[in-house]
Amino acid sequence: MLGKLSWSDIPIDVPILVGTFAGAAIAGLAVLGLITYYGKWGYLWKEWFTSVDHKRLGVMYIVLALVALFRGFADAIMMRSQLALAYAGNPGYLPPHHYDQIFSAHGTIMIFFMAMAFMTGLMNVIVPLQIGARDVAFPFLNSLSFWMTTISFVLINISLFIGEFSQCGWLAYPPLSEQQFSPGVGVDYYIWAVQLSGVGTLLTGVNFFTTIVKMRAPGMTFMKMPVFTWTIFCTSVLIMLSFPILTVALGLLGLDRYLGMHFFTNDGGGNQMLYLSVIWGWGHPEVYILVLPAFGAFSEITQTFSRKPLFGYNTMVYATCSIMVLSMVVWLHHFFTMGAGANVNTFFGIMTMIIAIPTGVKIFNWLFTMYKGRVEFHATMYWVIGFMITFTIGGMTGVMLAIPAADFVLHNSLFVIAHFHNVIIGGVYFGYVAAMNFWFPKAFGFKLNEAWGKRAFWLWFVGFYFAFMPLYVLGFEGMTRRMNHYDNPEWYPWLLVAEAGAVMIALGIVCQLTQIYVSIRDRNLAENRDLTGDPWNARTLEWSTSSPPPFYNFAVVPVVHDLDAFAHDKEAGIDTRAAGSTYQPIHMPKNTAAGFFVGMFSLILGFAAVWWIWWLAAVGLIGVIATVIARSSNNDVDYYVPASEVARIENEHTRNLLAAQAAE
Amino acid sequence: MAHDITADAAHAHEEHHESPVVFGFWLYLMTDCIIFGTLFAVFAVMRNQFAGGPTGKDVFELNGVGIETALLLLSSITYGFGMISAHQNKLGALRGWLGVTFILGLGFLFMELREFSHMIAEGNGPDRSAFLSAFFTLVGTHGLHVTCGLLWMAVLIVQTGGKTVLSERMTNKLTCLSLFWHFLDIVWICVFTFVYLMSVI
Repeated sequence: MLGKLSWSDIPIDVPILVGTFAGAAIAGLAVLGLITYYGKWGYLWKEWFTSVDHKRLGVMYIVLALVALFRGFADAIMMRSQLALAYAGNPGYLPPHHYDQIFSAHGTIMIFFMAMAFMTGLMNVIVPLQIGARDVAFPFLNSLSFWMTTISFVLINISLFIGEFSQCGWLAYPPLSEQQFSPGVGVDYYIWAVQLSGVGTLLTGVNFFTTIVKMRAPGMTFMKMPVFTWTIFCTSVLIMLSFPILTVALGLLGLDRYLGMHFFTNDGGGNQMLYLSVIWGWGHPEVYILVLPAFGAFSEITQTFSRKPLFGYNTMVYATCSIMVLSMVVWLHHFFTMGAGANVNTFFGIMTMIIAIPTGVKIFNWLFTMYKGRVEFHATMYWVIGFMITFTIGGMTGVMLAIPAADFVLHNSLFVIAHFHNVIIGGVYFGYVAAMNFWFPKAFGFKLNEAWGKRAFWLWFVGFYFAFMPLYVLGFEGMTRRMNHYDNPEWYPWLLVAEAGAVMIALGIVCQLTQIYVSIRDRNLAENRDLTGDPWNARTLEWSTSSPPPFYNFAVVPVVHDLDAFAHDKEAGIDTRAAGSTYQPIHMPKNTAAGFFVGMFSLILGFAAVWWIWWLAAVGLIGVIATVIARSSNNDVDYYVPASEVARIENEHTRNLLAAQAAE
Repeated sequence: MAHDITADAAHAHEEHHESPVVFGFWLYLMTDCIIFGTLFAVFAVMRNQFAGGPTGKDVFELNGVGIETALLLLSSITYGFGMISAHQNKLGALRGWLGVTFILGLGFLFMELREFSHMIAEGNGPDRSAFLSAFFTLVGTHGLHVTCGLLWMAVLIVQTGGKTVLSERMTNKLTCLSLFWHFLDIVWICVFTFVYLMSVI
């Protein structure tokens, strides 16, 4: 009846997990209680959970990402604390089987549910506004993508309290991840969570590629497209090219585990090298999927706060596209030591080094944008400058690792860990936080507090160097990754420094949460409100509509004459909003609960499949199919907003704007 | 919603937007193509990993596979006739052709499952060797796609029932399934050539 599931799978003998569960349960009940107390369930359901509005979905994605950041960071600081303790005979407080689950969960959550969700959230909020569209091409699929990502994150967190998580690292290398060596449900949780979220990501890629190709405002040719949109365009291509490969890789591993096949097993003709090749065929493009949007955000922020147009727009576009192509031909550098031979290693080593060229072009473009600009040191700009320094160091250690001969020494050591945290925190995370600070007023109509933003930056920035520079040293000293305890006295002081860095980063996260709290508390102060919709005197179309934008984004679809369309309009004295004294009815999609239900049934399917509860898995699958058919049979999916309603919303906005200007 | 008005009244004002559905579906098909491409690559790696088990020559029955191929290719033609009827707004003929296509697809699936069950009954299931794992996964993934296509076709036959004109949305759905069905045909030709013929040579 319950498959493999039994009472003994609930880890009540592990105090850390019981404590976590109690904490999560109390916090969860408090949130649910508050929502019930204030009677907000109906509001949440109607305006958020069933929403197909790209701006709301974007906000929900970013909330999900912040929750995932919290979970992923909790894992991180537990690992650092373990290594600060587990020295010279002290076993530390995490036994190996628990420690292994923690580093596996840390990587999986940070990549799939922190970084991917954050990026998808940013592109949702910004891209349609930036290209002058009213929504994405497929609003329902967008909602479906969000729910698939969310339920996958829920599934991964269920593994904390029911059963166990994978102990095989974030990419679950076989043969360790095969049934023979990992007979528990941990790897199955991993497979199902990542597969289900992959469905959401793939649909997002298709959705945004179609949106950018088909729905740009009239006049916006490809070479007049903002750089952020360009990077999302390239990221969407990479998603469409690489996520199917991930689906196959994990699908084959699942077939090995569930049906006893022999793709990657030790016996029966299986081949583990095939898994490495396939999983990294996705894994390497994935890092560019994450970092390209950050590059796009840096470009928009740098030009805005340097008060001049971006230096080298064309080269920026070409560099982005070159990285997109090159990222597909470097995957083998993740396993130079596998023995593919000198010629193959040389090819992939050189290809990897070549990526440094377009990336260098970008760094110089940002520097030249700042050069002779009137740079405003806004909190957002701190993250950008911190990125340029940190990412350049990370890039250089990447080129070191790209040399196959050096990689043979450094492979699997903490040097690798230091390198990819150097580029992912310094590049991806700093970029997303900068983007959040920059576009927050657009999404909510008020600015984020700058003082707390700067405090968060300094703690993250300094904390990062304390936490990860020692790891480079430890890598040279021969410390391998994923080690549970050690007895080398030379490593100990460096690991204490790294622990101190992790604590600083923890304080940085506290400052970020405080920043959000303080900003919400002070949102009605005149200096914090964004009434014009253009708080930074920015250059692209999203700033031409109000903050937050009306649900239809633009009352009148803007016409684009030049690159940086809004800057051009401001210089030419064109007011796109006032131009529409005669409004047209606007065609909009209706909200739907179908995405939510497909997500919930998928969660049931995933959970049941992990535990081999086949009748329940059938219920989940039939639920998914039935919901999709019901949605397909529903022809009442869109409506027209009458011109009078558009006029009412627009006039109200104008009145508020005038009242605020009079008050000043 | 309060400000909801009927779509028809407003249609006159709005300039006509081309639906991005077919374009988006093309993109989805290309991602599906990468799934099959990767599975073909996996098969290429595994094609000689017999682990002491049978080779392709031992287990493949080309006669049955030939009939399967004929059924699937024929079903592509009948779907094409269905689309011609759809463009002429002959909905009865459209449903008829979709029905014929459905039966041909079902026949294909039946033949495939019969082949699979024969092989498994003789002890040559997917857990026998890496070669057979790769074979069952590649061909089975195609079969799973055909199953989804059949389910979709059944839904469309029901949805077009009782209609006299095809809405734009319905035409788009028929076009997408048409692309999907022909795509599966192309994949099958590759399966037939690279999996069956090349293993038997």
